[in-house]
Amino acid sequence: MPKTVLLVGTRKGCFLLQSDEARRDWELRGPFCEAWPIYHAVLDPASGAIYAAAASEWHGSTVWRSPDLGETWTQSSEGLAYDGDGGRKLSKVSTLAVTPGRVLVGVEAPGIFESRDDGATWSLLTTLAGQPGSEAWDDPQNQPPGHLGVSAIMPDTDDASRFWAIVQGVGIFETTDDGESWTPRNRGLRADWPREHEEVGFCVHKLTRSPADGSRMFQQNHVGMHRSDNTAGNWTEITEGLPTEFGFAAAAHPHDRDTFYVIPLDPGHGRCMPDGRAAVWQTRDAGSSWRRLEGGLPQEDAYVGVLREAMAIDSYDVPGLYFGTSTGQVFASADEGESWSEIASYLPGISSVEVALVE
Amino acid sequence: MAELHLPSTLPPLFPGLPRRLDVDAETVGDALAQLDERWPGLHDRLCEPGPALRPHIHVYVDRERAELVTALDDRSRVDVIAAISGG
Repeated sequence: MPKTVLLVGTRKGCFLLQSDEARRDWELRGPFCEAWPIYHAVLDPASGAIYAAAASEWHGSTVWRSPDLGETWTQSSEGLAYDGDGGRKLSKVSTLAVTPGRVLVGVEAPGIFESRDDGATWSLLTTLAGQPGSEAWDDPQNQPPGHLGVSAIMPDTDDASRFWAIVQGVGIFETTDDGESWTPRNRGLRADWPREHEEVGFCVHKLTRSPADGSRMFQQNHVGMHRSDNTAGNWTEITEGLPTEFGFAAAAHPHDRDTFYVIPLDPGHGRCMPDGRAAVWQTRDAGSSWRRLEGGLPQEDAYVGVLREAMAIDSYDVPGLYFGTSTGQVFASADEGESWSEIASYLPGISSVEVALVE
Repeated sequence: MAELHLPSTLPPLFPGLPRRLDVDAETVGDALAQLDERWPGLHDRLCEPGPALRPHIHVYVDRERAELVTALDDRSRVDVIAAISGG
């Protein structure tokens, strides 16, 4: 029977929640990584190793690795730095992706580094240079501190040289030559602000892809939910029926190409679930309609937010859904979101939740 | 030998690294380079490319704020401080 393992990145370290296939009873372990702020933690299905992207205000950015489900940890940032030319600095490692034989990290200022030796050493793969307007939006002198970066990397499951990357406030880019060149993939997206270049200037919060149909992608944008049926070639807005157009987290059903989950939040400064009532929203028809899932979630005075990487879905026949809040609660559902239980209550603020099935 | 004091956040990252140790170095930067030879990666935890001390790492030599180029003598006391931040 496989173990179900949640990897929870928080402001004060990485935690693991472990259960079995039933996903009813959970054991919490942590904090790991010396309680460094963890922005994203993932499990390499090939090796079983956990990688955690960390950035300390004191000691800089690094990637932690555990080969044994959290029993032991090491960290390395060897090579994980810009050379300093032009004032470009690596201020944070934001996101991780594991592909066969390689670990990728997205960083601020925008760039992707890779490791081919299990995280022992790192080298710069790309800064996505040459994109429309990048001489302005990627100028280190123009950046608000700690904002512009690669916030997500989505590898293609069939083609090792193809992946997508999000640059915050700029948009989605695709490479088919392992980062040598990039193409903006933002056609059809909405932006409620002036843009200097037609292809960029979009605020993509979360990109997800259907495991059941790789041509279908969904994204939670700063302004609206969107769907693509041609692998991000163009986008169609599917916001209607949701309580707000704003949010961060999203997840795609592992077996049904039309089913997808989001957590709408109030925009502006609040960025909490609307009206203090917690809910996950589900579509089973690719965004034509939406349904509110609230069973077991707090429906009064629950002013909780969920960040970009803080919702996950497993791959069981009846998939389980999980989300972590910026105030430290983890909620789990073993029935596709119909009913929920709180499986951790007092963690530090949660940045990321990923789920892995481990034999 | 200069007397070097390190913040409590470092030893958990580098097995065998003590909080206090003696170094024979001409500058703060030389001292940190020596430590990096024994505990690879330690320099990165205190310095960013340039190199320069990380913004929230402060170094004092005999109670005076110091930089990597600050000279040491045989009786210097060097305090490496993880400055106030976070919460």
